[in-house]
Amino acid sequence: MGYDPDPESFLANATSLIKGGADIVEVGIPFSDPVADGPVIQAAGARALSAGATPRKILDAVGKLSTRFAIPFLIMTYYNPVLAMGIERFAKSASENGVRGIVIPDLPMEEGDRFRDIALKYNIDSIYLASPNTSQSRLLNIIDKSRGFVYLVSLYGVTGPRDTLSPQALETVKEVKTITRGRIPVSAGFGISQPDHVSSLLRAGADGAIVGSVLVRTVAEHLDDPGEAPYHLEKTISGLKQASRVPG
Amino acid sequence: MEPLKDLADAYLRFSKDPSFKKELEGWLEQYAGRPTPLYLASRLTSHVGGARIFFKREDLLHGGAHKINNTLGQALLAKRMGKARIIAETGAGQHGVATAMASAALGLNAEIYMGSEDMERQKLNVYRMKLLGAKVHPVESGSKTLKDAINEALRDWVTNVEDTYYLLGSVVGPHPYPTMVRDFQSVIGKEARRQILRQEGRLPKAVVACVGGGSNSIGIFHAFLTDMEVGLYGVEAGGRNMSPGKNAAPLVAGREGVLHGMMTYVLQNAEGQVESTESISAGLDYPAVGPEHSYLMSVGRTKYVTQTDSDALDGFRLLSQLEGIIPALEPAHAISYARTLARALQKEDSIIVNLSGRGDKDVDTIARQFPQ
Repeated sequence: MGYDPDPESFLANATSLIKGGADIVEVGIPFSDPVADGPVIQAAGARALSAGATPRKILDAVGKLSTRFAIPFLIMTYYNPVLAMGIERFAKSASENGVRGIVIPDLPMEEGDRFRDIALKYNIDSIYLASPNTSQSRLLNIIDKSRGFVYLVSLYGVTGPRDTLSPQALETVKEVKTITRGRIPVSAGFGISQPDHVSSLLRAGADGAIVGSVLVRTVAEHLDDPGEAPYHLEKTISGLKQASRVPG
Repeated sequence: MEPLKDLADAYLRFSKDPSFKKELEGWLEQYAGRPTPLYLASRLTSHVGGARIFFKREDLLHGGAHKINNTLGQALLAKRMGKARIIAETGAGQHGVATAMASAALGLNAEIYMGSEDMERQKLNVYRMKLLGAKVHPVESGSKTLKDAINEALRDWVTNVEDTYYLLGSVVGPHPYPTMVRDFQSVIGKEARRQILRQEGRLPKAVVACVGGGSNSIGIFHAFLTDMEVGLYGVEAGGRNMSPGKNAAPLVAGREGVLHGMMTYVLQNAEGQVESTESISAGLDYPAVGPEHSYLMSVGRTKYVTQTDSDALDGFRLLSQLEGIIPALEPAHAISYARTLARALQKEDSIIVNLSGRGDKDVDTIARQFPQ
């Protein structure tokens, strides 16, 4: 989450994730009413807002990271902050700051064309969510409209670390992979927190695993001493990355 | 999206099914107490001086508010869809109570999300929900009011979508809720229009209703939409004053935005963060409004105004003392504005105020305002 718990710590934390081996970094822009998020990310959003986070400031911070590191950066936010800034201005600023794709959980594919067309103009991927109950016909539409990858929600529910993979996760990955047939990568997220979750998902055919809340929780555990967080984040992410290398 | 599509399909199918319509009409008549009277408030009319003021007495419905019109409709739908678990959000508690009643009567399990601040100011309704067998989940996130209760109910729904029906209480949220809830509430206006024609021999000059999410107002407006000579007035909560965070008046003071799966007017800051709201009435304490109201305002068919907390208290006292009817604080906003409307009209004119609920639930709040 951008600006969580403060602008400097955010930059240090993001840097530690990259050093630890993250292939892509997804940065949250907070929204007052994050309906797709569980308590961990809700709290992070609230901290970021009290630290003065705005879409423009977080895009600028991502700009600093993207000049230092060559990996892709994504933005995850809700539709209203984007609309308030103006889709065109948002997309332009995102593009200038090295953002490659945007995930907006409350902008479904059916309502997303206006945003998608403008984002495309600035070479930014619109990444849509598919879930275990997404029908095959809708999934085909999502594949057509998505660029970058399809964000597979691996469970019924909101974001937040779970101890075990949801029963639907692996089945859903397998099903979706038979439909995408290599046309677009599929990355699975929501609830993923452990190295063995990552290796299981990749074994089932996922092209990537998305980890959010477990990292955000680490930030939350070190609010008294934010300087400690990067060490723990780097350790966590390198463990997860390790698991992704040995899908066995 | 898939659950919304299933819901929209199911609603379309059952709303055309004569047996569904008949079953719902039976429940509305024999359980909820429809039709409700259209009452001429003679003493209030003489006191104000001007048009004759009529009240559509939704406060006399079972549960004490218009909410039961919608909860019976949706609970019947849930039952036909084979969902045994009902979840709902509630602000003032009236929708929670109406959901608990309909669920008990139809043999469904109800769980209600309610902001902890609202639980504090509407204790009576919390007890009523529990007595009716519902489970009440306090919501501690955000502003701890209606908007946060909706957030939590949505989070529950995406988690338990397979066996759970989300029974939304107003004309807000993603499609099909605004349409479906409006359809279930439009019985108010259909009756009121028939009644005023029978009692007065002509249409009223104005219809006035309070607007939180906007279900009682759209319910009474809908039958009059094509009667262009009838002015339609929605009254939003002016709260303490019109500065940001001190009211709940998105149509008067908000901008276009997206919240809870709908594009509509939203109270928000420059960065698109949703403002907190303030109103003496928990039922109006919501930063957005049903999208159909936004549309009706943009085409000029309806007008929206605000009344402050203290205006609402005036309306509350007037109706209690002149007519022996204790109104809920929500419609007290409409009562207060009806004075302004009635004064501007002639004695032979009439206006209808939707008295959307009774005030028992607000007695604690009122007692704090007027200790004597």
